[in-house]
Amino acid sequence: MATTTKQAGPPPWTDVGRHAVFPEGKHDEIARFNFLASLNQHIATKIFPGNRLAYEARVKPAFEKEAGRAPKDRHEVRRAMSKDEYYRFWSSLRRTYMEMRQENGRAMVLRQLPELIDKAKRINDGAPTLQLDPSVEVPRYLSQVDTHCMPGSYYTEVAPDDVSAAANYDSGIFATTGGLLGRFNDGGGRAMLAWLQRTYPDFKPTRILDIGAGLGHNTVPFAKAFPDARIVALDVAAPMLRYGHARAQSMGVKNIEFVQMNAEKMRFADGEFDFVVTAQFWHETSSKALPVLMREIYRVLAKGGMTVSLEQPPYHNMTPYDAFIRDWDCHYNNEPFWTTVHDTQMLELMVRAGFGKDDCFEAEFPAVLETDFLAGETKMDKGKDFGRGGMWYGFGAWKK
Amino acid sequence: MSNSFDPKLLDPRLKAKGRRPYFFDDPAIDKLLTITMALAGELAVARERLDTVERILAQKNILTSAEIDAYRPDDAAKEERAAWRADYIARVLRILQTEYEALDQRSADTDYDDVVRDLASD
Repeated sequence: MATTTKQAGPPPWTDVGRHAVFPEGKHDEIARFNFLASLNQHIATKIFPGNRLAYEARVKPAFEKEAGRAPKDRHEVRRAMSKDEYYRFWSSLRRTYMEMRQENGRAMVLRQLPELIDKAKRINDGAPTLQLDPSVEVPRYLSQVDTHCMPGSYYTEVAPDDVSAAANYDSGIFATTGGLLGRFNDGGGRAMLAWLQRTYPDFKPTRILDIGAGLGHNTVPFAKAFPDARIVALDVAAPMLRYGHARAQSMGVKNIEFVQMNAEKMRFADGEFDFVVTAQFWHETSSKALPVLMREIYRVLAKGGMTVSLEQPPYHNMTPYDAFIRDWDCHYNNEPFWTTVHDTQMLELMVRAGFGKDDCFEAEFPAVLETDFLAGETKMDKGKDFGRGGMWYGFGAWKK
Repeated sequence: MSNSFDPKLLDPRLKAKGRRPYFFDDPAIDKLLTITMALAGELAVARERLDTVERILAQKNILTSAEIDAYRPDDAAKEERAAWRADYIARVLRILQTEYEALDQRSADTDYDDVVRDLASD
């Protein structure tokens, strides 16, 4: 429940971290993002918690009266809640918010696309650390729908040497996360890194692979922490890699190779890496891809190496309501594999891929909030915006 | 990579691939909510722009926010402003006026299809 009394406004767009390829904002574009960030925070903190109240106060009692029992799973809760006007209003608002955020980011980016492409090209041209491969096909699990309502998704190219998908993603994610990911939207990576350094202070990886790295938001913290390591940021989407490479280079982070490759069939040698990391990756794949990807991770990992993933928490130990509300994105925000992956026993998947049962683990990564970026109150409660604030969930394994 | 790019992709309002969900029994309610939120957003944008203008004027010592707060309209300005506000509110709430007038003239408003038929045979 959101009980914050001192309301932290989300940071204004002008406080988001800059780098060489970050889009320029005109006054009204900035004001639109500021409005959207505040709107999203209002929806998440003032409207969202009412769904639980509506469920407890009227939806669940009505269900119990009719069925003689409580809803047994999230599917029954969803069917019952989808008739509730409060839930409908919140859902409709949240979907609309997502679309408005995309529209504003795209409008801002597309009007300056030639300049953005030019800026990226000037940094990228001839760089051995950007390795694109036009023969890489977009996997079906990414092409079926446009992931989280991004028109064109990560991979669509609207011009030669396009970076627009990444520039749009980078420019607007602060609004959807209320700034919780930090100035450079790298909160997931920083949380995993802090966990790693706290839990395994002696583990110093030298060959790091980030799968589904996108524009490298979460790769950069690792590259900074292990400056002597070779780091590969892998993705299938060229616009993300072009932009991510230019971004990292301009931030002074030169030890990341941005590589276009499908992680189901990697061109790396067995045991090439001693640390394989993913952040918010698995829920954008598919049932068939899961075991293939995990076997590939096992293969490219050296003995004594570790893999760790940051994901949304699984549904296993959740109440039907909690699982239902977390499942919203699957049904209404173009995350079609979300519901299946969060029912999957990832530890069993790792064992089937070759990892020892006792070498697999689940983990919690406390968020490392940038208090100077988040104005005012920074103690975020777990219920806020699907728990993005306080604690990240993860799992991983050592290869023995 | 193909050399031809679909110009439709340059539309910032391009629809995301995947069926768009509607939540209310009548999807018109979802659509109205979306339109309303777009208006709310644009009002916030206009308000922020005005705020920017005021702050720059204050920085340049042309105008202070205290002067704005202390401003008192003269009689002509009062009248114009009151008229503008009345018109503005009526515009925003027009649909309620429509319903009010329909209720007020219930006896007068005949079924529209009757009018169509009436004129066809008149």
